[in-house]
Amino acid sequence: MSLILFIEQMLNGVQFGVMLFLMAAGLTLIFGVMGLINLAHGSLYMIGAFAAAWVAGMTGSFLLALIASLAAAAAAGALIELTVIRRLYDRDHLDQVLATFALILIFSEGTRWVFGSFPLFLEIPPYLSGPVTLPGGIDYPLYRLAIIGVGLLVAAGLFALIARTRIGIQIRAGEADREMIAALGVNISALYTLVFALGAALAGLAGALVGAIQSVQIGMGEPVLILAFVVIVIGGIGSIKGALVGAILVGLTDTLGRVLLPVFFAQFMTPQAANSVGSSLASMSIYILMAGVLVMRPSGLFGKA
Amino acid sequence: MNLKTLAMASALTMAACAAQAEVKVGMITTLSGGGAGLGLDVRDGFMLALEQSGRSDIEVIIEDDQRKPDIAVQLADKMIQSDKVDVMTGIIWSNLAMAVVPGAVAQGKFYLSPNAGPSALAGKGCNKNYFNVAWQNDNLHEAAGAYATDATFLNAFILAPNYPAGQDALTGFKRYFDGNVAAEVYTQLGQTDYAAEIAQIRDSVADHVFFFLPGGMGISFLKQYADSGVKKPLIGPAFSFDQGILQAVGDAALGVKNTSQWNKDIDNPTNAAFVASFQEKYGRLPSLYASQGFDTANLLISAVASADVNDPDAFRAALKAAKFDSTRGDFAFGNNHHPIQNIYVREVIKEGDVYTNKIIGTALTNHADAYAPECKM
Amino acid sequence: MRREPLLNAAVFLGLLAVVLWAQAMDEPFTITLATRVAILALAGVGLNLALGLGGLVSLGHAVFFGIGGYAMGILASHAQSYSPLIEWPMLIEGTKSMPVIWLVAMGASGLAALGIGALSLRTSGVYFIMITLAFGQMFYYFAISWPAYGGEDGLSIYVRNGFAGLNTLDPIQFFAICYVILGLALWLFSRLSRSAFGLALGAARQNGERVMAVGIAPYRLRLVAFGLSGVITGLAGALFADLNRFVSPTMFSWQTSGEIMVFVILGGVARLFGPVIGAAVFILLEHVLGGLSDFWHIYLGAVLLGVVLFARGGIIGLISGREVRHD
Repeated sequence: MSLILFIEQMLNGVQFGVMLFLMAAGLTLIFGVMGLINLAHGSLYMIGAFAAAWVAGMTGSFLLALIASLAAAAAAGALIELTVIRRLYDRDHLDQVLATFALILIFSEGTRWVFGSFPLFLEIPPYLSGPVTLPGGIDYPLYRLAIIGVGLLVAAGLFALIARTRIGIQIRAGEADREMIAALGVNISALYTLVFALGAALAGLAGALVGAIQSVQIGMGEPVLILAFVVIVIGGIGSIKGALVGAILVGLTDTLGRVLLPVFFAQFMTPQAANSVGSSLASMSIYILMAGVLVMRPSGLFGKA
Repeated sequence: MNLKTLAMASALTMAACAAQAEVKVGMITTLSGGGAGLGLDVRDGFMLALEQSGRSDIEVIIEDDQRKPDIAVQLADKMIQSDKVDVMTGIIWSNLAMAVVPGAVAQGKFYLSPNAGPSALAGKGCNKNYFNVAWQNDNLHEAAGAYATDATFLNAFILAPNYPAGQDALTGFKRYFDGNVAAEVYTQLGQTDYAAEIAQIRDSVADHVFFFLPGGMGISFLKQYADSGVKKPLIGPAFSFDQGILQAVGDAALGVKNTSQWNKDIDNPTNAAFVASFQEKYGRLPSLYASQGFDTANLLISAVASADVNDPDAFRAALKAAKFDSTRGDFAFGNNHHPIQNIYVREVIKEGDVYTNKIIGTALTNHADAYAPECKM
Repeated sequence: MRREPLLNAAVFLGLLAVVLWAQAMDEPFTITLATRVAILALAGVGLNLALGLGGLVSLGHAVFFGIGGYAMGILASHAQSYSPLIEWPMLIEGTKSMPVIWLVAMGASGLAALGIGALSLRTSGVYFIMITLAFGQMFYYFAISWPAYGGEDGLSIYVRNGFAGLNTLDPIQFFAICYVILGLALWLFSRLSRSAFGLALGAARQNGERVMAVGIAPYRLRLVAFGLSGVITGLAGALFADLNRFVSPTMFSWQTSGEIMVFVILGGVARLFGPVIGAAVFILLEHVLGGLSDFWHIYLGAVLLGVVLFARGGIIGLISGREVRHD
């Protein structure tokens, strides 16, 4: 494998990781601040993608579509927080699992009822399409670079929010001791709704960005949800830094695993067998990584024990 | 698990007072979840044919398998034990077919497959009660290989997901492609990001790419490939280019060659009428799945018209004779009850606002499948 | 008498009554449905051991379900094609005898449970949930890409396995086998929860440190519980594969894990008959709601949501209250 190809694959891994970060950031915030397992996060991702596809179809503007995805997902998030999630904070994880699992069913079939069973169309806007030539002679799609850019901007924004703003202080305090900040006069309900809506908006944005280069269809959120959980567990729950590191780690492992493992096995197996075995191991690799991290550091890389 | 019983009488046109249903059909297909488009197309094509026949003696019970093998088995049990169906049909996916069909045909029920054509049921596992109206799974891939050879491509980059259908696809392609395979890559089932594979394609010496990525996987791959700037021509089977998917892919699919046993511009009266009536009734162009459902229903009707389902040998012979007007023109079964047919090469074009396919040639003529010799029928 | 034991007896006998009625009315499919309820309930009883008694939220329990299923699939498929499993170092042939298959299924899933448990129990809370999920996914992807046993296409077993003296293809006889096994598992669960082991496990669930202060190691208790739980769920997997005469990687998927967990929560976590009621209600809902509309999942979701929000303690909790035993 040439050096250029290898660097390109590394870039691919980072980009995949950044996409995961957008999903994982919201999830880790919600879990860290509210202690809530939210299986419906994948549905919020899907809602963002569908909203974007619909608006793009009507107006032709990608920018409007992105704004629509943020708004729709945030609204959906706020709605379910006010009606359902609010009652689950004091319950144990099991009840949260069941309730949010029920929400997945409702959202999936509801979306199918509104939009039908066939995938929707969403495309990259012309000003972001096509490859650019990076220094070193690598041709890389502009849109993927844009995604990396957006992801890093979001990460920076979140860091700034958590570390520098008043809301951020409240969020960090809420992660540490919920009852105390309520006793100190912070409006916990409003804070929670805000955090939940923020997490939802991030998921919706991820859905819209990714929907443009993948497929906008029912159930698109579930596979990403699993990966997002893997990321926040590796990174440590409640930590944005952990989510970023975990996401890039997962992205690199998955991409490089898929590319390098078959090559490795081809050294001593027939190409057909090497491909099969390499590909199987590659799909298991992220989970092996997570299990490995947890065995060494049971609270994740940056988690609070 | 829908308990929707759709009594197919001529209630739509004639005063259909309780004509005793003579033939009960159990249709198990995928009507919910991500892959529902295919099941809906098969069902709609099937029911259109039934409606147009005006017959009142065929009752169809339709259930949703949710793409889960155990649900499909459960529904099959219900249809056989409780509903006492005579004929079964509808399954889209090969893994569900392998779960249901062997048991069903062993219990004496006829099974007409409108889609899934696993090799096990075409070769060693062939059964006198099993008929496949669509194709054997490898056929469209074999045609792609034949086309690639005809188009004088020399070096192929081939990829498919790492599961039996994907492995069969690449095997089928290689069976008929005479050139060199530069790289054979297996992706993950359900994978949506193909940047790594596209980078490998860019870097390889191959002069074209053959891929089998059904459903959302294909949509993602096509969009990402178009955006990457890699210009190597793409070839694939119709599964990534059917009418339901093309609208979601858009311009990224234009010009791509794909192989199929059916297209809306096949020139015969049955097909023209089918396309027009399907579009009128359902408001969308039919896909190959819809045509397969339509043909399956017409095969069944032709058998019901000439034999009694309670006389299995006569009914079976009537099915085998396949005396019906197919959307593909002439239709005939091979010894293993799979079709012997032409496989065409299509190109994706845009007609006005709609993306669709146009036939540009024939890849394989009167093609049987590779597993027929293994079938001892 | 308190309500819960009455409810339990009613449910257990009710299941039998439904089957006998179906036999009389010549509705074999209802018997098949009831068998399905019994088998899924058995899987839930296994999970309940870890989840309810031990407080171990395992989102990867489908691993054991799948291992049990594949144990059956592999052994039976080798038997039906008359080819041995391995010839060296010793000849192992396939078998279609149910008791042998059950032993293998239970042994394999028990070993897997001990292995997975040993690694996973070093974590706790949501990390435990995720690592068990990870193991489930690993097995799932492995099964899909392993061509020898069908991969994603799965394995079809044409004839149901044999049990001495019974015609297992007859729905009511197969139901009888599953019903008896379910009864045994429930009895075992009941004895276990009242035994010293069960009490210590429950104490560890409530407060691990306190238990350590008394000199008991929670890790070992939980490992044993997890192992036993895997054994029971594995047996359910083998029976499930026999019911469907088919085995596929979906048995390993996280959706299957989620469904088993839903049964247990729906019925009532840690309640003896929680999994039974949960499985029965869930399958009943699937049938009844399915007739309402194409989008019946929405109604299913709404019902589940309602149960979680308003019926704490699951259905049993709703009916017999959240009474605590003090005997």
